[in-house]
Amino acid sequence: MTDQAPDAAPPVSTAEAGVEVALGRTTAPQGELSIIGVREGAFGNSDSGDTSGFGGLVEPIVMPGPTPRPYGGWFDEVTDELELALQDANLPIATAIEKVVVDRGEITFFVRREHLLSVATAMRDEPALRFEICMGVSGVHYPHEADRELHAVYHLQSITHNRRIRLEVAVPDGDARIPSLVSVYPTNDWHERETYDFFGIVFEGHPHLTRILMPDDWPGHPQRKDYPLGGIPVEYKGAETPPPDLRREYS
Amino acid sequence: MTTENITFTSTSGGTSTSATDEDATATDDPYAMGADAGTGTVYTVSGGDWDTISGAPEGEKERIVVNMGPQHPSTHGVLRLILELEGESVTEARCGIGYLHTGIEKNLEYRTWVQGVTFVTRMDYLAPFFNETAYCLGVEKLLGVTDEIPQRASDIRVLMMELNRISSHLVALATGGMELGALTAMTFGFRERELVLDIFEMVTGLRMNSAYVRPGGVAQDITDDQVRRIRETLPLLRKRLGDTAALLIDNAIWMGRTVNVGYLNLAGCMALGITGPVLRSTGLPHDLRKAQPYCGYETYDFDVITRDTADCYGRFLIRIDEMHESMKIVEQALDRLEGNPGPVMIGDPKIAWPAKLSIGSDGQGNSPEHIEHIMNESMEALIHHFKLVTEGFRVPVGQVYSAVESPRGELGVHIVSDGGTRPYRVHYREPSFTNLQATSVMCEGSMVSDVVAAVASIDPVMGGVDR
Repeated sequence: MTDQAPDAAPPVSTAEAGVEVALGRTTAPQGELSIIGVREGAFGNSDSGDTSGFGGLVEPIVMPGPTPRPYGGWFDEVTDELELALQDANLPIATAIEKVVVDRGEITFFVRREHLLSVATAMRDEPALRFEICMGVSGVHYPHEADRELHAVYHLQSITHNRRIRLEVAVPDGDARIPSLVSVYPTNDWHERETYDFFGIVFEGHPHLTRILMPDDWPGHPQRKDYPLGGIPVEYKGAETPPPDLRREYS
Repeated sequence: MTTENITFTSTSGGTSTSATDEDATATDDPYAMGADAGTGTVYTVSGGDWDTISGAPEGEKERIVVNMGPQHPSTHGVLRLILELEGESVTEARCGIGYLHTGIEKNLEYRTWVQGVTFVTRMDYLAPFFNETAYCLGVEKLLGVTDEIPQRASDIRVLMMELNRISSHLVALATGGMELGALTAMTFGFRERELVLDIFEMVTGLRMNSAYVRPGGVAQDITDDQVRRIRETLPLLRKRLGDTAALLIDNAIWMGRTVNVGYLNLAGCMALGITGPVLRSTGLPHDLRKAQPYCGYETYDFDVITRDTADCYGRFLIRIDEMHESMKIVEQALDRLEGNPGPVMIGDPKIAWPAKLSIGSDGQGNSPEHIEHIMNESMEALIHHFKLVTEGFRVPVGQVYSAVESPRGELGVHIVSDGGTRPYRVHYREPSFTNLQATSVMCEGSMVSDVVAAVASIDPVMGGVDR
């Protein structure tokens, strides 16, 4: 596992401590911070004692937060055009877009899932936007971000204007449903199947949402953080080879 | 029985069984269980004649479903094509993929940022330098050190990528030729590719999967002697590229198999997210090396090749011409590298790999000077080396998308960091994976033989498709 909050420590108090630390450093309300985890100690080890004296260090892992206007460059132009386009559909931009994050020269629109289709359609069709090609969807699992565990990240490209933007949709693990974008960007057909396969996000309205890379009868969604690496017995013609971590060692 | 309530399941079982058939083998086969299709009868089909499995469907025209692959010499790798035929015509074409899935993206989350290079180089095994460079550009963007990458390192990256583009296109021609019966194209293509792989071996130590491009620069400098030897190879390579092209360009059989076959227009490419030679065969000069330059491509003189026929023959011509454009870039990169020494790794010692490699009497390893330094001279250097090699460096929290123009189109990497020493999530937007979706559009309505030509013109590499 990566340097996540270890299960050994009381999880509630650790997380709360992390949130408090994070809130102390920013003016943003708690709901707008995306804390994806809490790191303890200076060295990220979770399996043995930290004798360095830094073991009490509690550090929240906070993704880059919302960016205030102006964003700079063409980012403002795209946002304005998107606002106009959504107005035509009687959809205020504040309803459709949760927040906008500009980080490392890239802009990310966090879209509420019920408005994803409207936003994507506007992005594709509006002449001033014209993001005519979608580079697929990529899932990310943040198990420690409460009620926003699963993210679907869409990368759009405009060849007309030579621009790239990112749409991100966050959904809770217990209700991982996102409208499918296949009707807007047919290329997402396989990409959504892949994200379903590896994260279990259900893309509603997809023509045939089946597994694509894993076998059809595979249990679980391997790219989720709670799914272990390895640990899967290999079955071949009825005989079974235990997973690597359970095999005999000869050292 | 209608089409909707027939569901095909796993084909890996050893016996053919029918759900309605109370045969003893149905319970013996561990692969026949566990499928829950919800509607209709479930058949586990692994060969044999359809009639003996289900009986002829009543009141329906005969439909023949052919599994082409995954083990088939003409499907460009372990690609399974599920073709529904009416005579010789394809009425439906579907792809079955996943046979080469190795979980590279999952594995990356358990290794340091630098070790990630060793994994990603194995994805699209015909274009390893593109996988490595796209990943490293993303990591560098996350670190915020894009501007600190030494010029010489970028020039070496460009050199290796363009040589790699030549070798990849050569395999595209070679395997594509073989699949259409032009076996001499195959032997020529693989022979010429060997010239390029020899260069890779000379520079990186490995013919394929080199893990040569590293976050911060490249693993090893390139010497003037190596530059000279690459230069000496180029005339032979150029002559032989001409030979291969001459073998096919005006070849009546080759044209008969590829002209007006596998048609896909610009609107189709946009909708399906197709990039690379397939997109450029519709006449759109979209190339990330020009549109969104990286590694200093804006300073090189080359042309974006297009055709407007939108067919297999156009894509073949584009690949031929792109190899010559790559030769131009290679020569420019060599000019910059020759007699122009400099660092090939970022100056920041918290990111740069501490050790240098050298060749000793017992093969390649860490240089004696470095070993002397950390073992006998500086305790701090030893600690630094140990920490950086075992634990690795930390990358600030955030996410980026970086893309390069691979031989098959836009190769994009979405990297998320949680501030740790390992990637939180790496996702490859593989052009092979995306472009393969065009198979059904290109093939339906054509002959079975045209399916082979269409798939060859997409040039999917299954290592990249399945990852």
